[in-house]
Amino acid sequence: MDLANNVSQETERTEEQWLEGLRKTVEMVLPIHHYQESYGAIGIKSAADIKSLKDFQKLPLTTKEDLRKNYPFGLFAEPMENIVRLHASSGTTGKPTVVGYTREDITLWARIVANSLKRAGVTKKDVVQIAYGYGLFTGGMGLHYGCEELGAIVVPISGGNTARQLMLMRDFGTTVLACTPSYALYLAESLEESGISRDELKLRIGVFGAEPWTEGMREEIEQRLGIKAYDIYGLSETMGPGVAMECPAHKGLHIDDHFYPEILDEEGNPLTVGERGELVITSLDKKGFPVLRYRTKDLTTLHYGTCSCGQVGWTMDRVSARVDDMLIIRGVNVFPSQIEEAILLEGFEPHYLLVVYRVGNLDQLEVQVEVNETSFFDEVRELEARQQRLHKRIEDVLGISVRIRLVEPKSIPRSEGKAVRVVDKRNKEVK
Amino acid sequence: MLQLSIFLENAKGRLAEVISLLAECKVNLRALSLADTKDYGVLRIIVDDPEGTALKLRERKVVVSLTPVWVLKVPDRTGGLAEVLNQLVQQDVVVEYMYAFVEKENEQALVVLRVQDKAIMEKAMQTLNLPVL
Repeated sequence: MDLANNVSQETERTEEQWLEGLRKTVEMVLPIHHYQESYGAIGIKSAADIKSLKDFQKLPLTTKEDLRKNYPFGLFAEPMENIVRLHASSGTTGKPTVVGYTREDITLWARIVANSLKRAGVTKKDVVQIAYGYGLFTGGMGLHYGCEELGAIVVPISGGNTARQLMLMRDFGTTVLACTPSYALYLAESLEESGISRDELKLRIGVFGAEPWTEGMREEIEQRLGIKAYDIYGLSETMGPGVAMECPAHKGLHIDDHFYPEILDEEGNPLTVGERGELVITSLDKKGFPVLRYRTKDLTTLHYGTCSCGQVGWTMDRVSARVDDMLIIRGVNVFPSQIEEAILLEGFEPHYLLVVYRVGNLDQLEVQVEVNETSFFDEVRELEARQQRLHKRIEDVLGISVRIRLVEPKSIPRSEGKAVRVVDKRNKEVK
Repeated sequence: MLQLSIFLENAKGRLAEVISLLAECKVNLRALSLADTKDYGVLRIIVDDPEGTALKLRERKVVVSLTPVWVLKVPDRTGGLAEVLNQLVQQDVVVEYMYAFVEKENEQALVVLRVQDKAIMEKAMQTLNLPVL
């Protein structure tokens, strides 16, 4: 694999070099009231008080709640006149979390995304169809600026309007598709019905992110669209897409050097390399909205070393689960990705919905899975056998009893952005 | 012969809905069978133009699969079906499912057979030369 020509090979950073960057971020946030208060409480008055990575790990964590408390601009480190753009995450559970970028931040972000795209083999000759939503969500604009920085041709189509997506994909000779994995799958499915044949398309690479997905889902998308699919990671609070990106080795995502990663257990204690926990990110060199030890709520594992692509540094496993997506059913933690994996392993398509409800005082989980439209449902016996195998596999993985309901093909709503996988009726039921 | 199979969730009115859709498409059902389980059913139908009907149904967002079946003419008398089945068994044919219907024009008894192994059935049919629809 010869990525060295595309992405400048990073040399290993020493602890002192990391500390230097981290101190700069501490310095940037110290004038902000929120940090002054919480850092002052543990005796940190200046960046110079951080003498080691151990000291750094004593700094309080930043949470989504902190961002909400300081809504909208309370955690910005630059005067508003230096801010040139705002993004915000959807505020489904409260106020949105708002982030601001200086002109330099926008340039830096574009460079980071351009590097990510290079990692996946995207070049200036590519036509990139950006089917991420444009707007307050960082996906669309983030990819857009990165593609322009790289010099590729951008098709800023945004999400939705699937028939048009496919028509332009053919007519413009799109070679790279950027969207959520669930929308990529929906596009693949729609392509089969659209009358446009795969041979008419020049699609070769997919850059997918913004929601957790499994390896099985990747295989499904790669096979159905005939492309190579790469995972891109990021969240608006830390910058947006580009925080980490897969290379062709598919051995995890390379974390960009402008972010310092940590992994913590549920209580916030540091875990070592190779242990699974919550990813915590500190931004380096980001000025408008520097973020310090931000809890991403994404569960993953960190690794450190040299990848077969030549890159030295931190990698993280694909995020297959978010703390927020976790369902607690009869006291057991359940992640939709665990169920997705089982569904794909048993040969069903990854169109599923988890419905949680309560009968009396007992939580019930119903897994609705679409039957595969291609062939096997005529054989009731075969279908029942598959259903039983899936049932057993899911119960083995979760350790709780579930109900499997096979539903009609295409009956579960398709998503043009982030897929809805869970309907929790427990709090709405009045008994 | 191709049979249309339609997956149906067990929901009130779903069967009537799909059958009405077939009527709208001006499809004459020559034979049908409904396999049911706790949660879903599979509607299997024999029509004159299976491919055309499948296309029309797909346009109306019904998902159908086409399954190869054999429609055999069976003597309409006691032991008629037994005779045919015994011959097939001797040729190692394993039947997955079957259902029967009668064509009123010629009072002909017909059975729709779905077999486990298509190749074995094809060979058996060559040897036995059984009358088909």
